[in-house]
Amino acid sequence: MTLDVTELTIRFGDRVVVDRLTFSVPDGARLGIVGESGSGKSLTTLAVLGLLPDRAEATGSVRLDGEELLGLPERRLARIRGRRIGAVFQDPLTSLDPLRTVGDQLAEPLRLHGLASRREARAEALRLAALVRLPEPEQAVRLYPHQLSGGQRQRVGIGAALAASPGLLLADEPTTALDVTIQAEVLDLFDRLVAETGASLVFVTHDLAVLARVCTDVLVLADGRAVETGSVERLLAAPQHLVTAALVAAARATSWTPAEGEA
Amino acid sequence: MSATWLRELLRRPAGAFGAAVLVLLVLCALVSLVWTPQDPFATDPFHRWQGPTAAHPFGTDGTGRDILSYVFAGTRTTVLVAVLSAAVAAVVGVVLAALGALGPRRLREPLAVLIDVLIAFPVLLIAIMLSAVLGPSLGVVVIATGIGFGVNIARVSRGEIRRVARTGYVLAARAAGLGPVRTLTDHVLPNTAPVLIVQLSLSAAVAVLAEAGLSFLGYGAPPSTPSWGRLLNDLQDYVTLYPLTVIWPGLAITVTVLAFNLFGDALREATDPRLVRSRSERTR
Repeated sequence: MTLDVTELTIRFGDRVVVDRLTFSVPDGARLGIVGESGSGKSLTTLAVLGLLPDRAEATGSVRLDGEELLGLPERRLARIRGRRIGAVFQDPLTSLDPLRTVGDQLAEPLRLHGLASRREARAEALRLAALVRLPEPEQAVRLYPHQLSGGQRQRVGIGAALAASPGLLLADEPTTALDVTIQAEVLDLFDRLVAETGASLVFVTHDLAVLARVCTDVLVLADGRAVETGSVERLLAAPQHLVTAALVAAARATSWTPAEGEA
Repeated sequence: MSATWLRELLRRPAGAFGAAVLVLLVLCALVSLVWTPQDPFATDPFHRWQGPTAAHPFGTDGTGRDILSYVFAGTRTTVLVAVLSAAVAAVVGVVLAALGALGPRRLREPLAVLIDVLIAFPVLLIAIMLSAVLGPSLGVVVIATGIGFGVNIARVSRGEIRRVARTGYVLAARAAGLGPVRTLTDHVLPNTAPVLIVQLSLSAAVAVLAEAGLSFLGYGAPPSTPSWGRLLNDLQDYVTLYPLTVIWPGLAITVTVLAFNLFGDALREATDPRLVRSRSERTR
């Protein structure tokens, strides 16, 4: 599924937080959006989903397979979310409903979009639990979020995002709240699942090292503007912009940077 | 959650006590519609102010009425008022709170002000005013207390609804394709339930007190309706002479209010999976 964002501008009143941002994600491509906090990267993902806060106003164009999403009525957007666009969010501690079992949450998108009956949803939940490598899937689907570790919760989040086989997966800092070893496992899972499902990926992070593990292309954001874009290899090898250079330096400080290992 | 919450509720002493009393009250209320030990309104000038006897375990009042039968029949008034006013309070509270927290932006501030203004009105005075105009009736009690506590619930739960609406799982649910209304009913309200349950049980308890108080003053149940509050009033003039009689309606009111409060607290704990250890964890 292709995503074309053209001249996307997001304002809070008079304050412009994302400024004429243009990028496109061809079918099956993996784009990483990297930037410091406050650079507007999370808002960009929310704008694609049509879930910006009330006070924010988005102009420009967001097209999914050619279909304009900006300004689409809520009802139509709800049918696209979860079904054609899956989303994984930052904090696995809070992104699962504490009152719902893991199985419930894994299959929620399927039930919502009428893609599975109650019985089928149960089987699908098991399949998804196994897909994201939750230990003992039969037990896991019956657990509540507080009974899982952070990494396991994020696996549930990823499973739910992929439940309805969306063509586009948005991931907003999905590993930031996890410790480094768990982070690596979850990134491997991302890498594998995106490859298996053939979904396009937009991966938002502040960490180029993380990004390099799953993405092929990078868009560097600073203060709401795109300052640099290109393939991961080129950016890591020869950053053009100061912001990029700083991010590359930060990434190199992390011991397991693949770019360093391969160099 | 399923049926485990019931087991969890009954496992707690407070929950078991509350549930037992409330079940007993409802049973008494239902039975009293078709049967009471004696006619609660029948006077008997030859058996006035009887102490506890085999025929009148709770004694009789100054007109010879059987107090046990009257208290028994009064249960239905109490149960009816508690349930109805909690229901009114729930609807008023949740609707106002949801609109105030998540409704159109233009509506939120005015609603917050309206809620604060409404809270400033004393519930009991309004009930007295209404019943002075419309005549004493249970409807007045239910409407006045229901709306009165509804506004209180709205104020308390508005912040809570807002907090839950900002959580990651609500965003995740929206991103999964859930519409705003179902997000409210499926994720936001269940997660505000701990606050709502306590508030509702509290308002049921206070409604019982309000009904008793208003009936005591003559502004609540009409004379044809048996009410613990009015029985208290009937008996109070003679409390120094026949103190034993006053105990029964007083005890009934106290135990009922206590039961609602304990039940609410226990129910809140029992329905929260974070507070309930699962069976697997317990055996581990």
